[in-house]
Amino acid sequence: MNMYAFPFHGETLYALPSGALHWPARGLLCVSDLHLGKSERRARLTGALLPPYEVAETLDRLESAVDATRPETVICLGDSFDDITAADTLDAAATRRLARLQAGRDWIWIEGNHDPGPVTLPGRHLSHLRLGPLSFRHIATPGAVAELSGHYHPKHGLPGIGGARPCFLLDRDRLILPAFGAYTGGLRASDPALAGLMRPGALALLTGRSVIPVPLSV
Amino acid sequence: MNALPEPFAAWFAARGWTIHPHQQAMLDRADAPALLLIAPTGGGKTLAGFLPTLVGLAEGTHRGLHTLYVSPLKALAADIRRNLTAPITEIGLPIRVEDRTGDTSATAKRRQRADPPHILLTTPESLALLTSYEDAPRMFAGLRRVIVDEIHALSESKRGDQLMLALSRLQALAPGLRRVGLSATVENPAALAGELACHPRPCEILHADPGPDPDISMLVTDAAPPWSGGGAAYAIPAVLDLVRRHRTTLIFHNTRAQAEIFFHNLWLANDDDLPIGIHHGSLARQQRERVEAAMVAGDLRAIVCTGSLDLGIDWGDVDLVIQIGAPKNVKRLVQRIGRANHRYNAPSKAVLVPANRFEVVECQAALQAARDHDLDGDPKGPGPRDVLCQHILIRACAGPFDATELFQEVRSTGAYAALSRADFDDCLDFCATGGYALRAYDKWQRLMQRDGMWQLRDPRAAARIRMNIGTIQDIETLKVRMRGRGGTPLGEVEEAFAATLTPGDTFLIGGQVVRYEGLRDLVVEVSRRAAANPKVAVFMGTKFATSTQLSQRILAMFRIGDFTALPDHTADWLRLQADRSRLPQADRLLVESFPHDGRESTVIYGFAGRNAQQTLGLLLTKQMEEAGLNPLGFVATDYATLIWGLDAVPDPVPLLNPDAMRAGLDQWLAGNAVMKRTFRASATIAGLIERNTIGPRKSGRQATFSSDILYDTLVKYDPDHLLLRITRDQAMRGLVDFARIEEMLTRTAGRIDHIRLTRVTPLAAPLFLEPGRVPIQGEGREKLVQREAARLMQAAGLTDL
Repeated sequence: MNMYAFPFHGETLYALPSGALHWPARGLLCVSDLHLGKSERRARLTGALLPPYEVAETLDRLESAVDATRPETVICLGDSFDDITAADTLDAAATRRLARLQAGRDWIWIEGNHDPGPVTLPGRHLSHLRLGPLSFRHIATPGAVAELSGHYHPKHGLPGIGGARPCFLLDRDRLILPAFGAYTGGLRASDPALAGLMRPGALALLTGRSVIPVPLSV
Repeated sequence: MNALPEPFAAWFAARGWTIHPHQQAMLDRADAPALLLIAPTGGGKTLAGFLPTLVGLAEGTHRGLHTLYVSPLKALAADIRRNLTAPITEIGLPIRVEDRTGDTSATAKRRQRADPPHILLTTPESLALLTSYEDAPRMFAGLRRVIVDEIHALSESKRGDQLMLALSRLQALAPGLRRVGLSATVENPAALAGELACHPRPCEILHADPGPDPDISMLVTDAAPPWSGGGAAYAIPAVLDLVRRHRTTLIFHNTRAQAEIFFHNLWLANDDDLPIGIHHGSLARQQRERVEAAMVAGDLRAIVCTGSLDLGIDWGDVDLVIQIGAPKNVKRLVQRIGRANHRYNAPSKAVLVPANRFEVVECQAALQAARDHDLDGDPKGPGPRDVLCQHILIRACAGPFDATELFQEVRSTGAYAALSRADFDDCLDFCATGGYALRAYDKWQRLMQRDGMWQLRDPRAAARIRMNIGTIQDIETLKVRMRGRGGTPLGEVEEAFAATLTPGDTFLIGGQVVRYEGLRDLVVEVSRRAAANPKVAVFMGTKFATSTQLSQRILAMFRIGDFTALPDHTADWLRLQADRSRLPQADRLLVESFPHDGRESTVIYGFAGRNAQQTLGLLLTKQMEEAGLNPLGFVATDYATLIWGLDAVPDPVPLLNPDAMRAGLDQWLAGNAVMKRTFRASATIAGLIERNTIGPRKSGRQATFSSDILYDTLVKYDPDHLLLRITRDQAMRGLVDFARIEEMLTRTAGRIDHIRLTRVTPLAAPLFLEPGRVPIQGEGREKLVQREAARLMQAAGLTDL
């Protein structure tokens, strides 16, 4: 797999092409913004009948990441569900698949703005988590150090060489994960909301076929 | 023969007019269920359409709506209202005429529904909206006649299909409804009549006297046209001279961007300060209205314009039409030329201006075709089902309906006359449940059946459906406005273009050079700034493919090898190509390969039209990717596809194998951008994606995920879904245009001439300057991205990270 290894506060982390993050020393896999149940929520709220396959697709991707890394701990970094009702109305096939993925693992649901809890599915439910030197939360806190977050769905592209791809944003203080879910859009890394969080010299790690690091501002 | 009633005859006589034979014929056949009138511009076509209505309403006994007039342009509706006012007031007829378009105020619209005028002038979209209201049966119950103006133009897009479906609805509400279509010259009148008819009832065709043949020529200047591009800047002095020597000139362009550049250059050279305006669909309404008013008042000597002036607004005194760039299609050329000289029985005058060297050849071919009255056009396919889905949703907004009744109404429409019940039921199921193999939406169905009648599950959904009525494709655009409070709106540009701007960049819009200042609330703010080399804004708008007939004429010219009709510069260029490589032939396929600019290039001269050459590019690069040739991208024109990559193509024959091409087409196309674009359009029309939502768009948030994701998901999990079938059908006919690849393969029958050269050939050189390059997201690109990323990392001193 064409992953990208990088040092972060004394630890070695791996950005995977799928947009998941692997921390081998802790046997940990982290994914953010799954937005499971998005089509169900859209139908409920707006009447739009989107193809109801995003749960299956997102779980496929998650299963591949789990199979590839065999983690002891999985952290879902918030907005795992498009809303709480969507979490409660996941169909039987999806809950069975989730249960299989969770078996024998410490599974942590970090709460997000879409899914502030309580979620009835198995697993630990936390507002944030500290593990060794690193802290995990859904939305980045300005000025935080050694923090991993999601929420913004960052994307970035190289001018003149193809379109924007979902990406990790990395500087010496923080890492922002791309959205892992199938039905998710992106926010350009140059958007002030995102650019304002990152230090000068930050990197974008483009996902896709392989992880490609590029400087965020040239 | 119905004699013209006295007050009308007196009005004609007072103006020194006699009734045209086709106007009399329309009056005589006022009771025909459907009539198609084909007449040149200026032949009193509109009056011919309205005469039976005016005569019928003269008694003053009709209550409510009598005649509906539908045209493709809002401006046309307003123009017709002015033109009808003359006979109505001068004869003193008791007739109320109003227009109803997207520009009509909400108050006026409400009043029109409660108390409709005798004659309502509207557009297909506004009509579809009217039929969606619950009070539609009351409003349309007394409707006698419907007049479809510029029906040839509507027929070219899904707007025509939507309109005809709406007419089937009106016919059910008012069974005695008579239909009239008004059309410019077309290649196949019978097909157009079939679209207008209420099946199985007939539609008679009336031909007005077409008038004398137009006087068409090609502009030949001392300076040769450039090798590529559409600017035609070389022709500016000659065009100004033509403008000077005529009263009013329309200067047509094929794209909005080209119109902007030409207008800019025209102004720079306009030493006499001739009053010249610009008009195209991306300009703000106020800007367009100002130009239209000046034109009507006779204040302008010329208008630089696009297809936005193709249709029949009466501009009065136009005595010259100039077409900049090859016309691509003889029918449209002839229709445009008809815009000159609205006096009946005087020849229209037109000059073709080739924008580059190859277009000299194209213009010559078009000139001959127009003289031979050889109009082109491809037969249309059956009615598109995405439009049908929208029609079903619109019907549901108006109240509960019976599926069989609606099916029968739909089948009375020409384009849907052969629709099977199974196909109809598929569309109905899509509207009701989404039509997925995984039945996930039992609880949230959009339509439900109660007591045998279909209806909206949640009546509040009607508001959302109404907001998304229409079939016009819109690309995401941003408004452009002068900076400052209440800054003048200038028009709109594509979002993708806006994203390339940084503060300080200058670009052209509405004929002015402006400086990009910033983006505020999704409005591009600019200031006035003169600059020598502005960028050109990217506008939406279609690039038409050169028609099969025109391509054939060009190839025939190459075969004969007689270039005496062409100017020397172009004839010499073609002879040089014949010398260095060879000229393409109709019954052989010429392929050239050569290194250029650090890449390996291959050119395939298929002469299959832009869309098919584009598809050829997709199919060939896909195979080259599999063969490990690392293609990086391609660009297509109407006559050739240029592919460049990291490795040379050793032998094109296996790549061009017809069986392999056909067999793999579906799989090859599944992942490509053309299919995704087609899917986006169909999914929007069918109501899967909403174009408009309630409330403004917001900036600074994650964009909604793209329709490409929905497409990819459907391809993977529900490959037989209705929308994918619709997408495939439409792409094959439209943007993919595989029919013309088949035509090319058949006529060349495997006779491939692969010529390997050490450098670029005369015919290939212009391709390298062609815009619209399509990047290939393959291994070659991945290598390039990695190389470039590494370079940037190095430059930023981050390699050790």
